[in-house]
Amino acid sequence: MFRYVVKRIIGVIPTLILVVTFVFLFVRMIPGDPARLVAGEQATQEDVEIVRETLGLNQPLPVQYVKYVSGLFKGDLGTSLRTKRPVLQEVSNRYMNTVRLTILALTWSSIAGILLGVWSGKNRSKWQDYTGMTLAVSGISMPTFWIGFMLIIVFSVNLKWFPTTGAEGFKSLVLPAFTLGTSVAAVVARFTRSSLIEVLKEDYIRTARAKGLKEKVVVWGHAFRNSMISVVTVIGLQFGFLLGGSVVTESVFAFPGLGSLLIESVNYRDYPAIQSLILIFSLHFIIINLLVDLLYAVLNPEIQLG
Amino acid sequence: MAFENKNAEASKAEANDIKTPFKEFVRKFKRQKNAVIALFFILFLAVIAVISYQIVPYGINEYDYSAIMKGPSAAHWFGTDEFGRDLFSRILCGTRISLSVGLLSVTIGAVTGTVLGLLAGYYGGILDSMIMRICDVLLAFPGIILAIAIVAILGSGLYNVIIAVAVFSIPTFARLVRSTTLALKGSVFVQAAHNLGANDARILFRHILPGAIPNIIVQYTMSIGNSILTASSLSFLGLGAQPPTPEWGLLLSNGRNYMMTSWHITLFPGIAIFLTVLAFNLLGDGLRDALDPKLSD
Repeated sequence: MFRYVVKRIIGVIPTLILVVTFVFLFVRMIPGDPARLVAGEQATQEDVEIVRETLGLNQPLPVQYVKYVSGLFKGDLGTSLRTKRPVLQEVSNRYMNTVRLTILALTWSSIAGILLGVWSGKNRSKWQDYTGMTLAVSGISMPTFWIGFMLIIVFSVNLKWFPTTGAEGFKSLVLPAFTLGTSVAAVVARFTRSSLIEVLKEDYIRTARAKGLKEKVVVWGHAFRNSMISVVTVIGLQFGFLLGGSVVTESVFAFPGLGSLLIESVNYRDYPAIQSLILIFSLHFIIINLLVDLLYAVLNPEIQLG
Repeated sequence: MAFENKNAEASKAEANDIKTPFKEFVRKFKRQKNAVIALFFILFLAVIAVISYQIVPYGINEYDYSAIMKGPSAAHWFGTDEFGRDLFSRILCGTRISLSVGLLSVTIGAVTGTVLGLLAGYYGGILDSMIMRICDVLLAFPGIILAIAIVAILGSGLYNVIIAVAVFSIPTFARLVRSTTLALKGSVFVQAAHNLGANDARILFRHILPGAIPNIIVQYTMSIGNSILTASSLSFLGLGAQPPTPEWGLLLSNGRNYMMTSWHITLFPGIAIFLTVLAFNLLGDGLRDALDPKLSD
């Protein structure tokens, strides 16, 4: 087991290096002169050159790259062109908001998705199945931002139960978390259903039924646990998509998180911020994928570790 | 003579009964009611996309200051926006944009991904590791983030959104086709073609590619729905289509300013996106079930 874990962790390192390099080169292809952007429209050519030198943009790319990577190790993400403050500070102000939002969304959507999936799967080809799967396919087909707006119109504007924007307290998290989690709940439901149906075909389920166990015990006691092995993987992978989806959801609710920061930075061409945020999103995604892989190995007795 | 005729007819009838894979697929597909309805809905949308500009009751940029932000009525089925433009006409004309963005981007992504997957799977070695590494990197960006990054570089606009969504769908196709290629590379018919002197291009495109087509078709259909969602999200974020284009995501984003008073401006474009994506997802589900050899009667 230990050897497997070490092997998987080492296996991620090349991807990490490539992603960092990719993001570094990527952002340097953004058209427009960042030095001019910082110095302002009215600045003289001389001032622009001074800014260029202070930002280190006049150095050759390899030098910039080495500086960038060594900065990363020291936790230096550069200075935001928009706010003139360290990007790390900008990010840390909003980091926890996005974490809270994604975790809340993942929690409700996993529970709802699993319940809906089991309900459909154990009643295969009955009305429960059709209802559940209609809900699920609708969930993956609705645009996130539209769900958000509809919720705002109903629950904020008309019923006045929740605030429309902001991140003050739990109440302001409810609508964004619901919006963000809808498609994940739908994906989890579809996956749980097919996984449960597969398991219910197994011989040991027939044995359990043959010895006269109640259907409830068969489904929840025997089939459910085995069907969950692959569902856990899907839920873990969805966590990464929640990170991406947070960009849209946060924009809908003007929620001060990393996603809305990314859009603000893109609109301003604030390249140190864009670069850091894209990197943060993908690092989280890579780490979560790694954890999911390891968790799957622990849960699934069929996997030979070595 | 009569006997012979009868025999010929019998063998003809028999020939019609032979279960070719395609007939089998059609038979299974027809039983998926949802998918059949979805297919007809998509064909209907395609027709709308072609003729929308000829049939709409109002021009897409026809201002009417006497009817600003009116709710749905007999004159304006979906109501009007802040310039008195007819939403029904604008949404109908937006069909062309969403469908072409979805089709174009996924087609570019699918063709590129398929070629990369064939090459990686067939030649293996360093080419394989290089292509798969690139795919790993592309897949290391969660969801829409990669598309946002690409648009950040290229600048906002519909054409750049198409490129962004295309790049975003390459790795899925590459991985899918690579695994089929690996499976078929060692098969007897590929060996036979090789021994008969077929060159690599012929083996790849005439012998291996057809085996991957069913999977590609399912993935292609599913990806269109997804890419319409992604593209409309980018437009919503202000990175895609620019006003006054009647793009659905943009129409919706415009509605956010009037949410307090005029809900119809956000409701209808959302329904249009929803139904279109739903149709592609249902069709994809149906195709997958009809093409899956594991699901027999």
